[in-house]
Amino acid sequence: MEATVRQTKHRKTALALSLIPGFGQFYNKQLLKGLMFLILTVSFGVAFADLINIGLWGIVTLGEELPRDHSIFLLTQGIIAVLVILIGLVIYFLNLRDAYLNGRNRDFGIPLNSVREQYRNVSEQGFPYLMLTPGFFLLIFVVIFPILFVILLSFTNYDLYHSPPANLVDWIGIQNYIDIFKLDIWRNTFIDVFSWTIVWTFVATTGQIAIGIFLAVLMNQKDLKFKGLFRTIFILPWAVPAFVSILVFAGMFNETFGAINNDILAAFGIDAIPWLTEPFWTKVALILIQFWLGFPFIFAMVTGVLQSIPEELYEAATVDGANIWQKFRGITLPMVLFAIAPILITQYTFNFNNFNVIYLFNGGGPAVSGQTAGSTDILISWIYKLTFTSAQYGKAAAITMILSAIVIGVALWQFRRTKSFQEEDMM
Amino acid sequence: MSPKMQNTVRLTLSYVAIAIACVIILYPVLWIIGSSFNPGDSLSGSSIIPKDATLEHYKSLFNTAESDYLLWYWNTLKICIITMVLAVAMISCMAYAFSRYRFVGRKNGLMTFLILQMIPNFAALIAIYVLAYVTGLLDTHFALILVYAGGLLPMNTWLAKGYFDTIPKELDESARIDGAGHFRIFWQIILPLAKPILAVVALFSFITPFTDFILAQVILRSEDKFTLAVGLYKMISDQFGNEFTTFAAGSVLIAIPISILFLSLQRFFISGLTAGGTKG
Repeated sequence: MEATVRQTKHRKTALALSLIPGFGQFYNKQLLKGLMFLILTVSFGVAFADLINIGLWGIVTLGEELPRDHSIFLLTQGIIAVLVILIGLVIYFLNLRDAYLNGRNRDFGIPLNSVREQYRNVSEQGFPYLMLTPGFFLLIFVVIFPILFVILLSFTNYDLYHSPPANLVDWIGIQNYIDIFKLDIWRNTFIDVFSWTIVWTFVATTGQIAIGIFLAVLMNQKDLKFKGLFRTIFILPWAVPAFVSILVFAGMFNETFGAINNDILAAFGIDAIPWLTEPFWTKVALILIQFWLGFPFIFAMVTGVLQSIPEELYEAATVDGANIWQKFRGITLPMVLFAIAPILITQYTFNFNNFNVIYLFNGGGPAVSGQTAGSTDILISWIYKLTFTSAQYGKAAAITMILSAIVIGVALWQFRRTKSFQEEDMM
Repeated sequence: MSPKMQNTVRLTLSYVAIAIACVIILYPVLWIIGSSFNPGDSLSGSSIIPKDATLEHYKSLFNTAESDYLLWYWNTLKICIITMVLAVAMISCMAYAFSRYRFVGRKNGLMTFLILQMIPNFAALIAIYVLAYVTGLLDTHFALILVYAGGLLPMNTWLAKGYFDTIPKELDESARIDGAGHFRIFWQIILPLAKPILAVVALFSFITPFTDFILAQVILRSEDKFTLAVGLYKMISDQFGNEFTTFAAGSVLIAIPISILFLSLQRFFISGLTAGGTKG
């Protein structure tokens, strides 16, 4: 065996020859396969030459002369060109790999597959790819493509004054990021919005988790009656679509006709509270609403966990003389938190991006003079406003990048601790 | 304090806490139902049980000349059902390939999915808007369905793959010996056994577009294309308070069927979310 390897160098020759796709296969005397690679390469080149040419020129220059060039179209074409090139590189790589592997087989004196065997192989190995193709195409166009687009957009000056077709958009490097942290108007708004986002995330999420756990533990007492009914009522806020509940709350907190001021507070003799016009009270209202919306989910999860805690633990604790509070601290809480830890983290990231409640309740308002963000805007709703009311696309993209970095950072941290990362067969 | 006394105190306190929680949960629900029967357009001087209850707001919602509400309902159901069918078909194919085959690129593919699932699909809001604009797909349901279905793929493929992994491989192998092809094994053996997870995926794929507001708001422009979320928001934001009672009726008609659907299927939701949460 060793001797044959030294004698022949088919793998290297085949690899070198297949730098021109197909020729390595010809060398390996696999004519049909070689022909297929050759035809594929040629037609790829012919079909996409223009697209790649214009696309690459466009993505580098973003257009040079008006009204011929539309920067955003060019950027789009550029991304498509890059994706097409990537697909081409994958095919090219497969061609090299195939020539090399078959050459090596020849070095070892292993007979190569006949045409019929090759066909069987393709249909055998191709099946998973066939199953994946539709989904992957969709993913590339509606998920991956937009993400690439936002990344690139954050390095351009695309805004109201640099907006096609009347004007060209230019690459400006990391100027958007610098502006956000350096220019007073942007920095102040960013700090305001960011700090409220953090406060909002922690207070609203922690509150809804605490309420959910509290009610689940309360409900888990054995001698309580009507459990089924109460559980159904407690799940109700989760069952109603959130956008309906939030809009209803917007009505309830309304200062002229809402029930909170007119019926409830009036019944206790408390003066009307400016829920929608005073930033502080809007924030309070938002957090209370999120408690209402968010606790049932935690409640349902914790209820499931509680039912799986073995009764013996509590019996042993009772024998040792533990009181209710000690049992809760020592047994219930650690077990619950351990079991639902991953879900808790997703709750924090969910509220970090909870656009619906902020936007539907009061549109991020009340407004702050001289700022593009309202006083209760969180990052995601600020991005929305920058895009759709002030047309600051470049800046909005840059802030999206910052926000995504935070979310992905948290998710990666969580994900390293979950078992899917460690289990060999999962990957 | 005697143990019996202690028990009574504990139970009483528990019932009081539960009662307070129930009031807080049910008050908004009753308030909006009451408002929907309230005569007149505004709520001034209304009480939670209206004195002369009326069905006129419901009638006006069902009057297609007066309101687009039924159209929005139809749009929403259409979008949700098509999204659901599309997503379930793609997800089951992809999960099957990832679960049963070892092929070049499998690891990278799974990794990509895991990373994509972390990015919320509205993070690319601007891009989706600009792209829909550039491709002329702005204000079409087609664009919305594609974005919803694409956004559902990464997480739910993981979910379904996890379940497929638990179906014994011996079943496939014995079928293969009996001469069944790849697709036949998928269709006749795996899919029937995977019904529980497919139900979960279908539920998620239906509810996600139903409750989404932001993407629909970005893509849909003309009123006759609206979904319920966007339509309801428009109803309340255009002339806040002036049409509040009609809005209330509209809310009730969304909340009741969805709540019933949800409550009757909640164990599926919880099982799906627990599996998704622990498997990452």
